[in-house]
Amino acid sequence: MLELKNISFSVNTDGTEKEIIHNLSLTVEDKKFVVITGPNGGGKSSLAKLIAGVEKPTAGRIILDGKDITDLSITERAQEGIAFAFQQPVRFKGIQVITLLRIAAGKPLSVSEACNYLSEVGLCARDYIHREVNASLSGGELKRIEIATVMARHSRLTVFDEPEAGIDLWSFQNLIRIFEAMRVNIQDSSMIIISHQERILNIADEIAVLANGRIEQFGTREEMLPKLIGTSSAQDACSRLK
Amino acid sequence: MVKLDEIQKRLIREIADLHEVPAGAYNFRANSALAGRNTTANIDIISKEDGSGIDIHIKPGTVHESVHIPVVLSESGLKETVYNDFFVGEDSDVVIVAGCGIDNCGSQDSEHDGIHRFYVGKNAKVKYVEKHYGSGDGQGKRILNPVTEVYMEEGSSMEMEMVQIKGVDSTERTTIAELKKKASLVVRERLMTHGSQRALSVYKVLLQEEGSSADIVSRSIARDRSYQKLDACIVGNAPCKGHTECDSIIMDEGTILAVPSLEAHHVDASLVHEAAIGKIAGEQLVKLMTLGLTEKEAEEEIINGFLA
Ligand SMILES: Nc1ncnc2c1ncn2[C@@H]1O[C@H](COP(=O)(O)OP(=O)(O)OP(=O)(O)O)[C@@H](O)[C@H]1O
Ligand SMILES: [Mg+2]
Repeated sequence: MLELKNISFSVNTDGTEKEIIHNLSLTVEDKKFVVITGPNGGGKSSLAKLIAGVEKPTAGRIILDGKDITDLSITERAQEGIAFAFQQPVRFKGIQVITLLRIAAGKPLSVSEACNYLSEVGLCARDYIHREVNASLSGGELKRIEIATVMARHSRLTVFDEPEAGIDLWSFQNLIRIFEAMRVNIQDSSMIIISHQERILNIADEIAVLANGRIEQFGTREEMLPKLIGTSSAQDACSRLK
Repeated sequence: MVKLDEIQKRLIREIADLHEVPAGAYNFRANSALAGRNTTANIDIISKEDGSGIDIHIKPGTVHESVHIPVVLSESGLKETVYNDFFVGEDSDVVIVAGCGIDNCGSQDSEHDGIHRFYVGKNAKVKYVEKHYGSGDGQGKRILNPVTEVYMEEGSSMEMEMVQIKGVDSTERTTIAELKKKASLVVRERLMTHGSQRALSVYKVLLQEEGSSADIVSRSIARDRSYQKLDACIVGNAPCKGHTECDSIIMDEGTILAVPSLEAHHVDASLVHEAAIGKIAGEQLVKLMTLGLTEKEAEEEIINGFLA
């Protein structure tokens, strides 16, 4: 279980402090699939970074399974079982996809095990396993590799920041299937997905709307969906084509 | 027979990945003396009469053969200049592995200056691998100043892999190449410097005739207080293609100078250079740390990948 208690977060822009998360509290229970949605600039990615330890809150505590992890480093939080798929994945000159998967798994992976993760995200593994994670990969390919590396971690808490961004419609169907499967196999872990997609909201246990640095609404899918459908927080997958 | 002690064997493993005596032709040089030689029906190795080095003759049409010519220095205070000339026959296809390892535990400098000249015959293909390595904790420096000259006949191709990752205090490398019609040269250089090491690398590639091409890619990392200068010049004197790329990571208090230059004397010479120097990107470290690595481990992975 992840508890965010009275979290505030400020950034420094041109010498002036600007608070972008205000006294935010949120609990993600075990076995729960929580979707965070909300307008651009609302603070979703900032919140994900605070959970992963990439950013440190200016106030408040972060508790994972009863343990205060607020002062733990990124590495320590990863070792405690937090995984984080970036909204904008990072490229590496020279590092191969298989190397990244091995680092993520934290143990030696056979080529066929590594290939399984790639197949799950719809990449023909043979073509990609020895590719460098560099500028030659397309945005969508990179995004899927990012998801595969996070899956290879088998973490207790996984945060996905807009996993659907940059993924084409056909692959989007597959992506939904991946998340559905993860939800079925969630066991004792929990997942936080930042998303604007109705199809992803549809498989959530709970939905939070984050706007202006605050959780403006929070509830079960049944409570929340009727309020959100048709608003910009829940785009259907075809809206981009209309 | 090859006569080498344990230190020398370790050096050989570092520079040539050799765990035993290689198949094919070889010439092992240890502490300025011949330590072993083998020739084949197609590849002959002859000592120069004045004792200044060796001539390697590869018969025309020799394919799938290799030549290993490792050099090791394990005594402090040795200084040598060696001339090795390679005559690569027409239509041959060979692998040449050179390299020098210096172990210096003493107080005097040890230096090996190898001058390698390649005469690559028509339509011949050469893959050349050269690794430099230094070890030992003596005050004496480990110095390597290699000169490589390449003369390429029509339709020939050469791929050079130059690696210097560890332990060489001072190096000045000069590579000169002249390419005739449709000849092609590919160079991959990997360099990492530590401590107060200095490394200079100068390339001058002349694309003399139509259809010749050169691609020089250098990746380097300067750590601690080390200094690197890369000076890569391609001259196009005919319709030709040339590309240089210097991509460097700077760390600690390192210094890197990248001086790529292009010179065109023909309107159909197409020459490109790219150079970039930067520190390890913070987001790369962050990403690997979210996968459970410490900052130090993340740094090593990024460096290993970059130099792979
Ligand atoms: N390091 C920073 N410096 C300055 N401003 C920042 C910084 N990080 C975030 N912000 C600002 O904080 C606000 C929230 O940003 P954040 O990236 O968390 O939004 P988001 O909800 O993820 O938006 P999107 O849906 O577009 O991804 C934005 O106004 C952004 O410009
Ligand atoms: Mg965002």
